[in-house]
Amino acid sequence: MEISTPLSTKDIAGLKAGDRVYISGTIFTARDAAHKRLVELIKKGEELPIPLKGQVIYYVGPAPARPGKVIGSAGPTTSYRMDPYTPVLLENGLKGMIGKGGRSTEVKEAISKYKGIYFAAVGGAAALIANSIKKAEIVAYPELGPEAIHRLEVKDLPVFVINDIYGNDLYEDGIKSYCK
Amino acid sequence: MRQIDKKEIVSAVAQLVQEANYFLGDDMLKALHDGKREEESVIGQDIFAQLLENAGIAAGERVPVCQDTGVAVIFLEIGNEVYINGNIYNAVNEGVSKGYQDGYLRKSMVKSPIDRINTGDNTPAVIHTRIVPGDKLKIIAAPKGGGSENMSRLQMLKPADGIEGVKEVVINAVREAGANPCPPIIVGVGIGGNFEKAALMAKEALLRPVDDSSENPVIARLEQELLKDINKLGIGPQGLGGKKTALAVKIKEYPCHIASLPVAVNINCHAARHKEIVL
Repeated sequence: MEISTPLSTKDIAGLKAGDRVYISGTIFTARDAAHKRLVELIKKGEELPIPLKGQVIYYVGPAPARPGKVIGSAGPTTSYRMDPYTPVLLENGLKGMIGKGGRSTEVKEAISKYKGIYFAAVGGAAALIANSIKKAEIVAYPELGPEAIHRLEVKDLPVFVINDIYGNDLYEDGIKSYCK
Repeated sequence: MRQIDKKEIVSAVAQLVQEANYFLGDDMLKALHDGKREEESVIGQDIFAQLLENAGIAAGERVPVCQDTGVAVIFLEIGNEVYINGNIYNAVNEGVSKGYQDGYLRKSMVKSPIDRINTGDNTPAVIHTRIVPGDKLKIIAAPKGGGSENMSRLQMLKPADGIEGVKEVVINAVREAGANPCPPIIVGVGIGGNFEKAALMAKEALLRPVDDSSENPVIARLEQELLKDINKLGIGPQGLGGKKTALAVKIKEYPCHIASLPVAVNINCHAARHKEIVL
C-alpha cells in the first residue's frame, strides 16, 4: 500500500496493523533531545520550528552523508525513549511516527484517541532505507549533531503498521502467533 | 622488546572502526541466509531479505550497515614484550576520532551523561586492556549501538538459583527486550567472576564467531538450550513474530566467590560488528 504525507484522519482510518506501507512525501526527523525541546516549547505556548499538523516524525539520527550522497545510513532508533513526549505531540496534531520497538500504554491510547498511527521500519536496514530518502536538510537544532531535526523528502520508504487507531498492535499479535 | 609506534595504532584503529561498520562478517551473513531459509513467518522472511540487501548496499557503497555506528568499544591485547612508543589510550582515541570522521560514521558520544553535549568525534572510546604473553598487539574494534546495549542487564543470583536461575535471567532479558534490540539477536552471557567481570565477559562473548560453541561441553549445551528456549518466545525478526528471535547464544564463564552467582546479559542486534588486527 502507498501513502503520501501529510496524513489525514481518513488516510489513517484505512491503515491496519500488519499492513506493509510505502511512504512518500515530506517527513521530519526527531530523536530524544529534539523531542524534549519540542514538548518544552508546546508547554510554554511558543511556536515550534516544524509544523505538526498531519505530519510524520521519523525517529532517526542519520549517519553523515558521503560526498555526492543525500544522507548517510538512516535506520530507525528505538521508539520507547520518545514515549514520555509522544502523547503531547499527538494532541497537537502529529499524525504518524516511524521507529522500532513497542510503545507504552499511554502512547497506544493516545494513538487511538487522536487518530494517529505508528509504523516500524526495519531496524538496522539503514543503508537500504537511506536509498528511499531523496532530499535532506537540517531545519532545527543543528547543535544537536545527529539529533538535529531534518526535513526529509522520501519516496517509497518501506514500513509496517504496528499500532492503528483500532487498538491493534502488530508486536503483540505477531508474537502471540509464534509463541510456543 | 618490540617497538610499536603510536602512529601505527592510530591508523589501525581508524581503519578497523570503518570496516567494522561497513562489512558484516561472513559468519554473520551466513547466519542471516540460514535464518531467512528457516524462518516460518512471511514478514520475518521479508525482514531477513531486507537485512541481506542492506548488508550488500553497505559493503558496496562503504556506508554503515546501521546508522547507529555506536560506542567505539576497543579491546587491546598487549604482549608483555611490546613497547608502545607513545600513549596507547591517546592513540586509540585519535584513531576513533579519525575513523569516525573519515568514514562518515555517526558521532554518538556525549561528554556528560547528564548535560549530554556531543563530543563531536565519537571519543572517548571504551577501552579494555589485557596484558598477554608475546610481542604482538591485537586490536579488536566492536562498535556497539545504543538500542541493543540498553537492553542489557546484570543480576547477582544466589548460588541456590543454579542453572535454572541463570536461564531465567537470560530468557527474561530477551523477552522484555522484545523488538527493541533489532532481532534476530546474538545473546552474550557472562556467568561467574564478580559484578564487573560478568558484564565484561557478556560483551567478550559477542566477539566469538556466530557459528561456534563453547569449548566447555556443559556451557555448550547451555548455549543450545537457551537458544532453543529463546526461539520459542515467538518474538521473531524485528519483533513482528517468528521462529528466529536469536541467531546464537554465546556464554563465557569464570570462577566466582562461594556466595555469588553473577549473570550478565549483553544483547547484540543482527549487526554483530567486530573487526580485528594484529600488529
